Formats: sequence, C-alpha cells, structure tokens
Amino acid sequence: MTITGPAGSTGLGQDQAGRTTPPAPEGAGNGTVSRRGFLGFVLGGATLVAAAPFVEAPPAAADGIPTLPQPAEIYDLNDFLTHISIPTSQLITITIDEDGGASFALPRAEVGQGITTSTAMIIAEELDLPLEKVRVSLAPARPELLFNQLTGGSNTTISTYTPVRVAAAVARGALLDAAARLLGDNVDQLVTKVGGIVEAPDGRQVTYAELTIGAAATNDRAVEVRLPDRPEGRVVGTPQNRVDARDAVTGRKEYATDLQVEDAWPTMVCRAPTLNGTLRSVENLDAVRRMPGVTHVAELDFGVAVRARTFGQCIEAVRVVEAAWKDGPVAGESDASVLRGLQASQLPLPALPSLPLLVRTINHDVTFYFRSNSPMDTNSAVADVREDRAEIWSALKSPVVAQAAIAEAVGLPVSKVTVNVVQGGGSFGRRLFFDGALEAARISKAMGVPVKLMWHRADDARAGRVHPMCTSRIRTVLAGNEVVAFQQSLTSIETDFRHGLGDALTAFAADLPTGLGNLAFSETVFLLTQEVPYNFGAVVQTLTEADQRFNTGSMRNIYSPDVRAASELVVDRIAEAVGKDPYEFRRSHLRNDRVAAVLDKVAEEGGWGREMEPGTAQGIAIHKEYKGATACLVEIDCRPETVGREVRDAVTGPRVTKVVFAVDAGLVINPRGLEAQMQGGINDGIALALTSSLHLEDGHFLEASWDNYFYTRQWNTPPQVDVHVMPSDSPQPGGAGEAGVAATFAAVACAYARATGTTPTHFPINHLDPLAFEPKPFVPPVPPAPTNGLDLTY
Amino acid sequence: MPTQTFRLNGETVTVDVEDDVRVLWVLRDLLGVVGPKYGCGINVCKACTSHVNGRAFNPCAVRVGDLADDDEVTTIEGLPATVGATGDELHPMQEAWLEHDVAQCGYCQPGQIMAAVALVGKARREGRTITDADLDGIRNICRCGTYTRIREAIVDGEGRM
Repeated sequence: MTITGPAGSTGLGQDQAGRTTPPAPEGAGNGTVSRRGFLGFVLGGATLVAAAPFVEAPPAAADGIPTLPQPAEIYDLNDFLTHISIPTSQLITITIDEDGGASFALPRAEVGQGITTSTAMIIAEELDLPLEKVRVSLAPARPELLFNQLTGGSNTTISTYTPVRVAAAVARGALLDAAARLLGDNVDQLVTKVGGIVEAPDGRQVTYAELTIGAAATNDRAVEVRLPDRPEGRVVGTPQNRVDARDAVTGRKEYATDLQVEDAWPTMVCRAPTLNGTLRSVENLDAVRRMPGVTHVAELDFGVAVRARTFGQCIEAVRVVEAAWKDGPVAGESDASVLRGLQASQLPLPALPSLPLLVRTINHDVTFYFRSNSPMDTNSAVADVREDRAEIWSALKSPVVAQAAIAEAVGLPVSKVTVNVVQGGGSFGRRLFFDGALEAARISKAMGVPVKLMWHRADDARAGRVHPMCTSRIRTVLAGNEVVAFQQSLTSIETDFRHGLGDALTAFAADLPTGLGNLAFSETVFLLTQEVPYNFGAVVQTLTEADQRFNTGSMRNIYSPDVRAASELVVDRIAEAVGKDPYEFRRSHLRNDRVAAVLDKVAEEGGWGREMEPGTAQGIAIHKEYKGATACLVEIDCRPETVGREVRDAVTGPRVTKVVFAVDAGLVINPRGLEAQMQGGINDGIALALTSSLHLEDGHFLEASWDNYFYTRQWNTPPQVDVHVMPSDSPQPGGAGEAGVAATFAAVACAYARATGTTPTHFPINHLDPLAFEPKPFVPPVPPAPTNGLDLTY
Repeated sequence: MPTQTFRLNGETVTVDVEDDVRVLWVLRDLLGVVGPKYGCGINVCKACTSHVNGRAFNPCAVRVGDLADDDEVTTIEGLPATVGATGDELHPMQEAWLEHDVAQCGYCQPGQIMAAVALVGKARREGRTITDADLDGIRNICRCGTYTRIREAIVDGEGRM
C-alpha cells in the first residue's frame, strides 16, 4: 500500500511530547483550525460514563455542484441514513473502567469490515489512550435507538464518527476536571498524555484509573465540548492492525456457532427441494428421532428441524427425513423463464431527443444473473426461548427489526426478547436479514429447549439470500463527437429491503401489502446511490423492479456494481466511436475533481496505455459513492493457454494479472483497514465479472457448495494488487466496506472486452457456458460428509 | 457407545461417540475446540483445515473411528506448541499473519494458517521453497477476499519458520 501526500494532518498544534491540549473553551483554539461545539453528557455511574447523542447534521455536500446534478450527487444514501437518525437519536456511552481503559458498545455489527478497530482508533485518539486500552464490543438490540442500529450502506463510520468523538471528548473533559480537583491545578493547565495520564505543569501525574471513580457523576449533567474539524492524527489516519487480529489467528474469535450456551445443542433443518417450498408432512418421524444423537425433531413450515448431540449427527438425520413438500413459488422456473419475465416487465425506454441528421446511437443491453452473498459463516444463531422470555445470539445488522419479528413469532413482548449481536464470519449483505435467528427462535419454541441452529452450506447456497437477477439497457446519442444523451434503465428482480432502516417501524412500512412499501425503499435507494459522473448531456437512470418470489438482498452493494459495469462498457464503446483513448475520454468528460484525481492516479501508477500482448488488455473504470471516489485499472489475460489452465473442481478462465486501485474515502480513519476493504472488494468485482453466479433450473438453484459456486479463488486472484489511498483534506470520513467492488467489476469487464474484442452481454461471462460441476441431489437436501480425508493429507 | 481415543494438541483425549461422527464435530461439539470452522462439511472450503501427524487434513471428512489412538491431531489452538512456543507466544506463521494484518472477518483464517504451515512443510520435504504455483493452488476459500495478504504472509511466514 502507498499513502500519498500529507497524512491527513490539519496542522493543528501538538507539542513534541505528543501531548494534546484539552478541549478548548469557546473562542479559543489556535486561530487556524475551526472548532465546533457539541453537546454531550456525563451520566451517573460507578465510574465515569460519558455520552453523546447520535446527532450530527453533516454539511451539505461540498463537491462542485454541477449544473444539472443527479439526486445522488447532492443528497446520497449516506446523507439519508445519517439524517433520518436526527430526530430520534438516543445516547451512546463510553465508560472509563477502573483500569483506566475505555469501553464502548458499538450499535453496529462487525462482520469483517473493521469497524471495531476504526471505532477504537477514534476513541483512542480523542482520549489519548493506547489502542489496546480501548475495548469496543457490539451492543445488543436497542429498540430505543430506532433508525440508529442498522449496519449497511458502508455507513457505520460516516454516521458514528462525530458522536463517538463527542462522547470521548466529554470523557476526557471530565477526567481533566477530576484531575484538577485532585491536583489542585486549574483545569486549563492540565494536559492528557498518551497512555491515559493527566499531567500538571510541575510534572505531577495521575492516571485515568485513579480518576475514573472521582470523575463519576451522581446525576446526569449536560456539557459542551468543542472539537477541531479534523483530529490531530496521533491514531486516526495511521495504519493500524485489527484489534481482533490476535483472536482471529489463534482461533479464539467467537462466532455464533462457537458460543457455549447451556443446552443449546446443534440443530439443522431439512428443507424442501424447491426454493421456499413448505412442509406438508413427515413420513418417518420416529425413524428420524431414533437416529444416533438426535434429541428432538420438530415440524415447521420451512422444514423439519433436528437437534442432536453433534452437527454431524444432525446432517445424518436430515438426510434420512422422508417428507412431502408443497412446491415453492418458483417451481418449474429457470434462468431463462425468469429473464423472460424480467424482459416483459421492462418499461419502454424514455424517448430520446429528436434526432437530426449526423447523430449516432450506441446502445448496449446486459443481463446480470443471480449471485449469492455466501459468507463463510452460514446463517446461524443460538436461541433460548422460554415461556416468559427469550434470548438470541446471532450476527445481526438489523437487530432491532429482528427483535420485533422474533417477539411476534414466539408470542412474547419485545421487552422480553434479548437479542445479542455476535461477530459475524462475513456478511456481504446477508446479515441485514435475520433468517437464521428467526428460525432458531421458532425451533427453540417448538422443541421447548435451547438450540444452536446452523444452516448447511447447501442450504445457504440454495435457499439463502441472493443478489437479484437484473437487466441493464443503455441508450446513448452522439451528435458529432459529443454525447448528448445517456439513458440507463435497470430492470431487476425485487431487492428485499424489508429490514427497513433498522427499526421495526420502517421495516413494517417496507412490508406493506403488494410490495408497495418495499418498492418505495428500492426506488429511494436507487435514486440516492446512482449517478453518471460524466458530462453526457441529458442523463436519466431508472429502476424497475418485478417478481417478489426470491430471497434477495444486497450483496456488497446493491445496484452500483451492475450499473457501473454496464455503463463503463458503453463509455469504452463511445470512446472508440469518437476515436479517443478510454482514459483520455473519461478524463475529459468527468464532472468531479475527486473522481478525476483517482482516475489520474491509477492511469499513472498502472502505466495506462502500455503495450500489451495480443489476448491481453488493460481496462480502466471509475465509481463515485460513499462520500468518496474510486478508480481501478486492471490487466487481464484472455489467451487460450491461460483460459484453459486446469484446476480440479474449479473454474479458471481469464486471469486478472494486475490491479491498480485508487480510493479517495475522505478522512481516512485506518488506511490499513481501508486498503484491506479495497483488496476484498477487488476480488468481489473479479468474481462478479468472471466466475460467480447461481443457476436457477426447475425451481431450484443448482449450486450447493464451494465446488459449485465459484467466488474468486487463489488461482483467480491477481498476483499483483496495488491500492493507493488518496490524500484528502475532507473533515468527513467516507465508506469503505463496499467501495472496492463497482470500479473493479467495471474495469475487468472493460479489459475483457478490449482483450477479446467482444463486449459481454451477460455477467458473469461464463454463466451460459456448460456447467462446470455435477449438481448435487435435491433430496436429501444436503450432501453426505466424505470419509476419505486421511487419504488427502499434505 | 464406542469410546474414541486419539491425541489432540499434545494430550490424549477420550470421548464416547459413534465411530462415524466426523472428527470436526467431535472437536467442536464434544471437546469444545472451535478453532477449526465449518464452511461446507464436504472438504471443499477448507475452513476446518488442521493437521494429523504433521500433515494438513480436513476433519469434516474423517470419521473419528478412523483415527488411531496415537494419531496426533493439531488444531490452530495447538499450533504454537508445535514449535515449542509457550504462554502467549505464537507460531511464526501466526506472527506473519499478524504482521500483515491478514484477517478480516477471520472465520477462514485458522484453516488458512494451518494450510500455509503444511504447505511450507511440503515444499521443504521436496527441497524447495513456496512458488506462485503453490500459492495459486491453495484451495482454502476466503470470502472476504484477503488473498493478497495471505500470499504475502505465507512467503513471510516461510522465512520465519
């Protein structure tokens, strides 16, 4: 990784000992840095508890506002997610513990994106604590937070950054007050020192550990703190390793299925052979009950649940279930029939401007097939549902909605349902939903015992959430060498937004009959995220959704990767039509300086335009979202000897040999974490372009495991990946988790088109090739466990 | 119910369970050793990769009854001790993993590290060092896409081993 330019310092004064001055009173400051006032609280407690409301109205987008801005440019999804929190926000709290460290329960889900680390960094910075003395846990469902407990849209740092800073600054102020009383000094003369120490001018020191009880309040009181626009950068902006890295490499990091909750025995479900089919009856219930290790069997509408001493015995029991099923809603359907339905739903394209002579049109249609978000850690949850209360443990990005749904399903008041948020082994959109947690609660209620539910991988692939199939139609008009109109129409299987905005109220609204509620959400999200950052005359982008029969959701972004890939392919074709180089053409039509800067960066660092062997090519693309900008340059090898290389039970195909990626994410909290998210997003982009999809045939998805579903593997990943984090003087952090995908997908698509001379009309490019695997049976729904592991050691 | 005996992370363990239960579940569900993860159950994702007698294997694909009393199973929990590490000390490959901040969600990482250690061992037995082809051939899936750092860490870890 390289970090170019200044490391994000504001030039704020900091003395050579690394000390920082306490929050300045109003009107103070060094005269060059603006400080803004914020309201916080010291709450009553045994030790110091500092709090801040989740309230911060970000300034209006400061980017150059173009003459005819699209909605996403002036008010994007992140503004929306941030602003809706304002009227209903409640407090977040930082506690200074008796050892002088700080504790914070983050009301978000950590699923690998690194927010526990970046949040700890923000607190460490403001409190002058070493990172290892900041403990960030995940808050359980807090219904009073309403909109404020949804993890999605790469929004965590954007929305929590200022409230967390304010709470930390309140804590620091209270520690200084307590130190002033203890040391008999004026608070203005005290400084905090790195390590959790307050020091007086004469050198006397007192630690946070010694101060926290004295700083504790008996009654809540409001205080005002002032913060510089940007932190000084002692911790924020420096590359830091993840706070949970050691737990991860030692096997100590706990996921839902690792939890040891008393009597919560392994539980799995035998599901219908068709997608979302339902159980009619079980023919051999007693035989299933007599299987080794089995303790309970329960019949539910979604399948037959078995609880056993081990998951292995659950698998064996699931495999012997003989049941009658009612077909699911897509029984008999296949990719082709679903696509025909989508095409029938396509709206007439808006009328193009009236065409004088000497105009050209460039049109391109693309189909994107179903894809699975497929986290390594399948849908899983521990549930202990009793007569009068319930407790759930699961990786949940919308725990407030989950809590309400579970309470309703098991017939308890919401206040009697505790929902604990556990770290997730990946999400990629999957954990916006709580399918596993809801099933676990219903099974626990039906069996009358605690359960640890885990979906088999085959269930996860075949019945889990998918990114919807969609089509993109682009119509462009050129007058001479100028683009005068660019119209893109996306038609998609409905994306489920029934998780709402993280609270039960909007989730209910999204679930209104006939899908009208959800439609409003999809249209809103589409409008707030999509834009064409080029000067292309009359730009229109539309979304039409149809078909609610699938289990859908976001997948490391929602619309952007598909929309960008389709758009950038057409940009390349326009450039070719007007005789321009793809980079030069983009550069001369970009409307945004930040996007231009990342584009220039990858062109320069990646050696754009270098001579390439026949069958290989470069591709370049950009994306603007998440308060930031990204650009990607790739090199692809489509020569027959590469495409045809053989790896057992695998898809090989074209190999991306090099990726150069630039990201402007505004104020960067952790450049090392940001780089990691871009590296991951790059592999997602490659998967979407080349290898990764689900095939629907006769009412079920054929893919059932990792030897069928071809997410990027080591033999597909680029040997060279360079990520450049751009300098930024923005006071505002941008998003990271999904930001690497769209530009990469688009760049790979463009490179493939240039290497092969063929602009793809579907993605991934191999979707219509002969299947690369033998589909596993649908009855029983899970494959047998192999026994030959000792023959395959190395 | 049959009694199963094998060696786990340096100690002999005995557990009462049927012969055909796969070792992964004996480790995770009966012995509480949860470092090896479930990701597929059919030996294709490699998230459960551990070692048997010093070689990589996938316990989701081995019946516990097929282990001999003196078969030495090593999971990520026991990896540091294989190089004499004590207390908080780690195996050199784990150190390399930390140095490169490889993990994201972390779920596949115990398996990745166990595979990496075995791969270095295999290359050494063949009198060579890790090649790009070796790295390309690693079958462990990382859905977060940490492959770039995995490759860097393995090469680094090989040097430390």
